[in-house]
Amino acid sequence: MTTREPGQARSDRSPWNWLLVLPIVLPLLTFLFNADEPRLFGFPLFYWLQIAFIIVGVACTTIVYRMTK
Amino acid sequence: MNGHTTELVVFALLFLVVSAMGFVAARWRRPKDIESLHEWGLGGRNFGSWITWFLVGGDLYTAYTFVAVPALVFSSGAIGFYALPYTVVVYPLVFLVLARMWSISHVHGFVTPADFVRARFGSPALALAIAVTGLVATMPYIALQLVGIEAVLKTMGITGHLPIIIAFAILAAYTYQSGLRAPALIAFVKDTLIYIVILAAVIYIPAKLGGWGSVFDAAAAKFAKTPAPADGITLTSANQFQYITLALGSALALFLYPHSLTGVLASKNRGVIKRNMAALPAYSFLLGLIALLGFMAIAAGTKPVMGANGKADPNTIVPALFDQMFPDWFAGVAYAAVGIGALVPAAIMSIAAANLFTRNIYREYLNKDASDAQEAKVSKLVSLVVKVGAVLCILLLDPQFSIDLQLIGGVIILQTLPSVALGLYTRWFHKGGLIAGWALGLLSGMWMLYLIPNPANGKAHFGGSAFALSNFGFDTKATLYAGFLALIVNLVVAVLGTLLFRALKVADGEDSTKQDEYFADEGDPRVKEMDLTGSH
Repeated sequence: MTTREPGQARSDRSPWNWLLVLPIVLPLLTFLFNADEPRLFGFPLFYWLQIAFIIVGVACTTIVYRMTK
Repeated sequence: MNGHTTELVVFALLFLVVSAMGFVAARWRRPKDIESLHEWGLGGRNFGSWITWFLVGGDLYTAYTFVAVPALVFSSGAIGFYALPYTVVVYPLVFLVLARMWSISHVHGFVTPADFVRARFGSPALALAIAVTGLVATMPYIALQLVGIEAVLKTMGITGHLPIIIAFAILAAYTYQSGLRAPALIAFVKDTLIYIVILAAVIYIPAKLGGWGSVFDAAAAKFAKTPAPADGITLTSANQFQYITLALGSALALFLYPHSLTGVLASKNRGVIKRNMAALPAYSFLLGLIALLGFMAIAAGTKPVMGANGKADPNTIVPALFDQMFPDWFAGVAYAAVGIGALVPAAIMSIAAANLFTRNIYREYLNKDASDAQEAKVSKLVSLVVKVGAVLCILLLDPQFSIDLQLIGGVIILQTLPSVALGLYTRWFHKGGLIAGWALGLLSGMWMLYLIPNPANGKAHFGGSAFALSNFGFDTKATLYAGFLALIVNLVVAVLGTLLFRALKVADGEDSTKQDEYFADEGDPRVKEMDLTGSH
């Protein structure tokens, strides 16, 4: 939006926004992580993979913020 | 008194220091005149990234996180962990929506979601519905904060209602005095305390219990022994869809609450909001680990404190765990963190609910020519009334888990989604369709909640938020979050109603917002014009 030409309509549309779909959908697909094994540092898959999704969420939102500001 | 003297002294000291800060906050970044709703209620809308991060984080991470979620994990296992995907999903979900909300609110001087709806759909009736819904939905959420403070005090051996009355008198007094500035400043202290306590808890306690692996093994062993089909350290076929609908439903609900929006509107520009949406998940790490305190309590053999009715109160499980594992002085610090962690959001919630009443009910229907000073005065009084309403919620609703107080609030607030969140994107809906959807969504939500029993105390109604699909005649044990189902009813009715009203050529309200106002940012001349009288 920083490169907006004068007279061009304002918008928050950007193909980068589609990246936001990933962290919204991924944590809701319970079949991906609803298991005990394999464990990581003693954490069952169910817990460590969902905690790892936080990083996916932060990465995606940060990228979209940087690319669209 | 009892074995909790050190804890009590530390708790009381920290509590007093924080209360004093609340009063000082009135002078912080002092405006020329605090006697207007924008100053008292939105802190002057000048907050940068850091303050916003603390402020929004402050009202998201509450007694819900520290008391209710671990209590559910302790009792039922994996299902309680839905709070983690909920906080992962929510930020990307609202990333674009909140930036639009900021822009349109700053161009038109909206303080509440109902302000927006009134202007967007040209319907005072729909705005009133949104305002009342926000007000009612906030009360059980504040009630949950009260339950959190109560749990801490119970664990320290104080029982009865007196301590809560004192705590809320302090809260009420400094909220009354300083408005949003009080919780914003206190949020720093609260989050610092919480980080210290939680880091200590998640490093020290599992180490003492033989590592994370044995914590999970102990929990798995406990759930294997119970007859309940839906508990365990992973999900079962009965609660898998409940998990998904709880996470998604809670995420959709969060920023519809008037108080979440208060923190967002108080930020300086769109960039502050978007940066925060990327930075707020830092709290989610903590949230996940805090939820697992429920399993640590199982591994440590912690027993919840007995309630007045002779039954164990699962809400006390985290405070009881701290009491068991930490030295007394540090348990006191931890209790203060939990207690203040409940007070800050309670303050923000009651301010937001008060703003809602003043703007959309008082000025709209009771005193059309209210001055700024009158508005601020009414807001302050209503913020007190809302706190009383929360106490009533505790007495009247008595769900199996305290988390259901928040989830029942969610069932209610979700019904504003089509008007507020979808309204930011499209003007397609007819105001009549939205009102019909809101009404039927709310009715069906209440009907579902009515059908949910509480097995813990034998009550047949309003015992939780997990709606059994067997109520529809399906042969299954599966349950879904009632709020999610009610929202679907709402959306279907809103779409059908809109088509019907259009076909019948029923007059629709006028839209007084313009397309490019949804993208206006700091520096835009329109943004600076704050419309205090609200003559949209």
